[in-house]
Amino acid sequence: MRHMRAAALAAFGFIATAGTAYAGCGIDQGSVRILSNDFDALGIIIDAAKECAGDGVTVSANMTTEHKSLQVPALSVNPARYTVATIANNSIAPLLTKDLIRPLDEYVKKWGGELDDRQLIRVDGKVVAIAFMINSQHLFMRKDVLEEASIKEPPKTYAEILAAAKKIRDKGIMKYPLAATDQAGWYLATEFVNIYLATGGDFFKPGSAEPAIDNKDGLETLKTMKALTQYMAPNYMSVSADEMKNMYLSGNVAIMNQWGSMVEAHTDPKGPAPKIAANTILDPAPTLKGHDIPASALWWDGFAIAKNISDKDAEASFQAMMHALRPQVAEDHPKASVWLAKGFNAPKSAQGILKTASGGARPYPMSPYMGLMHTALGNELSDFMQGNESAEKALKDVSAAYRTAARETGFLQ
Amino acid sequence: MRHRDFAAFIAPSLIAMFLFIVLPVGSIMVQSLFVEHDQVLVTTKNCGPFGCKEETRVDTQATEKLRREEPLGKFNGLGTYFNRAHLAIAQVGQIFSGNHGFGDIVSRLYDLPFYKALSFTLVYTFLVTPLCMVSGFLVALGVNAIPRMIKGPVIFLSLLPYIITPLLGSLILFWMINTDGVIGATLQLIFNDPELSLKASPVLTWVTLIVYGVWHMTPFAFVVFYAGLQTLPRDTIESAMIDGASRWERIRNVVIPHLLPLATFVALILMMDNFRVFEPIVGFSAAANATSLSFAIYNDLNGQTDQLFGSASATSVLTMIGVIILLLPVLVRTWRDFKGRAR
Repeated sequence: MRHMRAAALAAFGFIATAGTAYAGCGIDQGSVRILSNDFDALGIIIDAAKECAGDGVTVSANMTTEHKSLQVPALSVNPARYTVATIANNSIAPLLTKDLIRPLDEYVKKWGGELDDRQLIRVDGKVVAIAFMINSQHLFMRKDVLEEASIKEPPKTYAEILAAAKKIRDKGIMKYPLAATDQAGWYLATEFVNIYLATGGDFFKPGSAEPAIDNKDGLETLKTMKALTQYMAPNYMSVSADEMKNMYLSGNVAIMNQWGSMVEAHTDPKGPAPKIAANTILDPAPTLKGHDIPASALWWDGFAIAKNISDKDAEASFQAMMHALRPQVAEDHPKASVWLAKGFNAPKSAQGILKTASGGARPYPMSPYMGLMHTALGNELSDFMQGNESAEKALKDVSAAYRTAARETGFLQ
Repeated sequence: MRHRDFAAFIAPSLIAMFLFIVLPVGSIMVQSLFVEHDQVLVTTKNCGPFGCKEETRVDTQATEKLRREEPLGKFNGLGTYFNRAHLAIAQVGQIFSGNHGFGDIVSRLYDLPFYKALSFTLVYTFLVTPLCMVSGFLVALGVNAIPRMIKGPVIFLSLLPYIITPLLGSLILFWMINTDGVIGATLQLIFNDPELSLKASPVLTWVTLIVYGVWHMTPFAFVVFYAGLQTLPRDTIESAMIDGASRWERIRNVVIPHLLPLATFVALILMMDNFRVFEPIVGFSAAANATSLSFAIYNDLNGQTDQLFGSASATSVLTMIGVIILLLPVLVRTWRDFKGRAR
């Protein structure tokens, strides 16, 4: 019994000293409450922010893939349930529209010395969020399969991809060499957004919420999406990014435009398919004929600070996040993500994303009604993708569904 | 019973009904009549890691002012009910005023989200309900006839599909019917068609969902019918046997009439349950081929960034109306039975 008490005391003492040792974030007191999506790279940031806990500073985090549906209600109450919301270019829109996050210019001046200028998300000149990593889809290709099909140059455009797929099929190597995340809903819409961005077209008429996809760019996008499906396994309408990863690792897919953030899982030499991993080429997202914009939206992940909280908590939250975003954290985990930290030396696995970005890919639109467009695309394109509807009709349906939703949310009258 | 005692006796349940039924339903009805305020848009310059871009944003202060003036939102009357996402009055009018025959009407109606959801919901309800009742009844008869010793385990096993959470059940089956999965690969082998995929065509997706529905809900029908079988009057059965009635005749003339009131109850519950089919659509990633009214509500509330409360409420009210219409025949029957008995 006595031993136990001594041990407990010793452990307690250790925790206490550990606490003071880590409280090197320069925060006196405050409560840091983080709401975030749930993936590994964010976990690293949150763990680093948690180092600031102790001595009157509490750091808690709720990591959930349902963060998008939680953020608006949780930040609307006063005081807000969370002080920090991690967001991306799509999920920041509702927070801006409902005026739930605060400008950060003053904090950046005070504590943001280690931030790079490109990390600052500015709306109307005001810093509203801090980005810390980027993501995009890009080409993952099987070198061995391309060689076997005597394709010398890995394809760079969708036309070349189709030609390569034909060769692979004709040689009898694979019947369905292509895959795409065409699962009805969010993924299908994302595929459309990727290719539509590559046409150079815009989703809305300038300065308004009027949809502008019902045009030749939209038709070209749908034509490309449909043409690719002839080389995909028949159940292509139910393939998500995870499903596509499994198909690739099972050796059933040769060319795909997959999420860069999942590169580790595809190229892990200790993973389930070391041979495929070693033979994977990472290239930028393909382009469309006659255009030179890579067909993938660019995404950034970042954080914003809630408006409905005390200044004390807001300052503590910003400082804790600055501690978490210090370049050292990125250096310690170089493969976890494509970090935006100053001086970050990106590993080879990040080349797909970086080349897609430097090749001129366009960011996912931050417009407040883009989410409605995304939902409409995800719901209305499946009939076309299954061959039950013409491309013209599908685009008309998308516009009509979008208009209905935009009227209900007050963006269109 | 004195009036006061009666009131005290009934009050708690009245309060509970008001709190848990009347209030939510009322609030949904009110909600469905409103849409969000007009958003005041301004064009601004947005900058980030990928450069700067002219984009619109909402002028939050101007919009907030509108919101404060009318906190419920903009009154829209039945506008939401009649828009394209629901009853689509304008589109339906167009379809009926100019079309190329019946097939064209059906395919164009099916293109509208509400009618698409409604058609699957109705087909699902009207196929799964009777199939469940038949298979539940057969399982009950079978289990009733097996020796006492193994009855317990058999009942437990037969209940399993119902115990499993629908979402998990459908996810497991979804993986099994994958072209690489046990069921998917076996079907390919049986039909000698390497292209066969249950997920690829709308018809096969519907069949899969309906088979799943029957598999999942049969135990409910089974357990109720099995309980009913325990109350079978032994003497009637025995006299039927003495009269030389075969097993089939006994079932037709004794067992089925005995279980008929239970069948009404089972039909009622199954119809309500099946009408709100939802989980298998998510579990089977079937939204491309089959949507239901509940799925439409989920879709409205689970949008990318915005939640369409008005739209979801309108669909909910339409669903309630659907359930009432669906159950009306059964309810009327029950009411008549009740009155007949009271007399």
